[in-house]
Amino acid sequence: MSEKVLIKGNEAIAEAAIAAGCRHFFGYPITPQNELAAHMSRRMPKVDGVFLQAESEVAAINMIYGASAAGVRCMTSSSSPGISLKAEGLSYLAGCDLPAVVVNVQRGGPGLGSIQPSQADYFQATRGGGHGDYHILVLAPNSVQEMYSHTIKAFDLADRYRMTVMILTDGFLGQMMEPVVINNEQLTTNSEKPWAVTQGKGKNIINSLFLKPDALEKSNLDRYAKYQKVEESEPLHEGYLLDDAEIVVASYGASSRIARNAIDEARGRGIKAGLLRPVTLWPFPKKAFAKAAEKARAFVSVEMSMGQMIEDVELAIRCRRPVLLCSRVGGVAPEPAQILASILEADKEKAI
Amino acid sequence: MPPARITVLAGHYGSGKTQIATYLALERRKHSPRVTLCDLDIVNPYFRTIDNRELLENAGVRLISSDLAGSNVESPGFPPEAASVFDDESVTAVIDVGGDDRGALALGRYSEQLKLESEILLVINKYRPLSSGAKDTCVICREIEAAGRFRFTGIVNNSNLGAWTTAEDVLASLPYAAEIGETLGLPVVAISAARRLEEPLRETVKPLWLMELYRKWVSL
Repeated sequence: MSEKVLIKGNEAIAEAAIAAGCRHFFGYPITPQNELAAHMSRRMPKVDGVFLQAESEVAAINMIYGASAAGVRCMTSSSSPGISLKAEGLSYLAGCDLPAVVVNVQRGGPGLGSIQPSQADYFQATRGGGHGDYHILVLAPNSVQEMYSHTIKAFDLADRYRMTVMILTDGFLGQMMEPVVINNEQLTTNSEKPWAVTQGKGKNIINSLFLKPDALEKSNLDRYAKYQKVEESEPLHEGYLLDDAEIVVASYGASSRIARNAIDEARGRGIKAGLLRPVTLWPFPKKAFAKAAEKARAFVSVEMSMGQMIEDVELAIRCRRPVLLCSRVGGVAPEPAQILASILEADKEKAI
Repeated sequence: MPPARITVLAGHYGSGKTQIATYLALERRKHSPRVTLCDLDIVNPYFRTIDNRELLENAGVRLISSDLAGSNVESPGFPPEAASVFDDESVTAVIDVGGDDRGALALGRYSEQLKLESEILLVINKYRPLSSGAKDTCVICREIEAAGRFRFTGIVNNSNLGAWTTAEDVLASLPYAAEIGETLGLPVVAISAARRLEEPLRETVKPLWLMELYRKWVSL
């Protein structure tokens, strides 16, 4: 059975979390993610779940720590400044190898910034956000449909790898309303967690403090062995007109949809442009970029930031091709015409 | 029967109030020289009537909206000129209210004036997740009425799935709207749909309000 609904991106994340078996949501209000918490406040009581508006973002992420240690699927959400407040908690979750789903509906920054959409938290998300050696898995949906499906995927990945999965989205996708098909036929709503404090006959201790340096070093090495598996198995990307692309546009989330329009216009002018859209931002789809660089003369990174993802693009292709930046910031989205102009500029590059 | 001097649109969050309000203001302007669209949304900082300012003003509709709407300042600001639509009886007004009971709070201060010469329409959409059942929609309706201290006078059935909406989707929503109308004792005053659905719907669905999609944010 599938059903169609007209739904906001923020609401879609909330519905998907409930479908995935999440019964514990802890949040704190901030625009532009408010619909997510508001929706949870209505829905959770109806499914015997917990909606709790914490006293702060710091409290909410630590409630996630507790709920996750107890073995339940749990989620928190916020927007840029609130995610900064959660940074300490993200590091502790990583240090304890706890699964969690954290949503960032990005807004303009730095500081209080604005309530308009942005993609300027890319570094913060893909580099983990807090202190210490760790990663979080980052998913970047680009439609309301994907806000739904990626949230379900996020819970599965979080449990499989015992790590935080972040849905990194923005005010456009959070606020916009699109029709969505909801199909929950093949859903796992929970997984075995023998490590949880509520499980097992002996004591399961969840802790990120190590009294001996050797033990802490080993825990870091083990964790990075896990990250290596994630990097091998989980990178996701989507290509559009990529097979013969000489100019490859790299873009994720909301701006990737605008970029697609510009690529159609470029094709209309006889330029072989294509889109390589990272769906996972960490792990970054490095192999797909390396492959695209075999044919491409140049890349254009389209992002609503001063140039953050562009560094991962350059690393992935080992700087073998020029990478141009096409960006708007402060809550402004790039127009297709601006992206087209960057594609035309990139088209002047000769193959190296 | 001519429309009431003041028409208020309220309803569940995301049910299409701003879209219908914009449509109605443009329609009213075809028959009245002085039409005002008043934005009383204190809930949502996005998707405001101000996004359509040019369209409205070119059509000769006056827009009353908070100076903060559409800015980076998120404040539930009230436009000071709002009271004029109640005081100036030569004006035909359409009032766009924020979603749910929280949005309807804004109407409370005008509840006495609203009793006199207004129709207050409940906008419903069967395809929104929290209002997909008639019973849930009736609960939302009662919460809105309690917060705004008014009673609805009619229903606009705006059931749609955005760009995916088919004539069948609209037709499938008719029993839902009828059930809500029956439960609440309210007439369904119109069914609203995208203009592209005129052909398959015009014979069977009446009265039918055919609309353009007025709001568009970015070229996604």
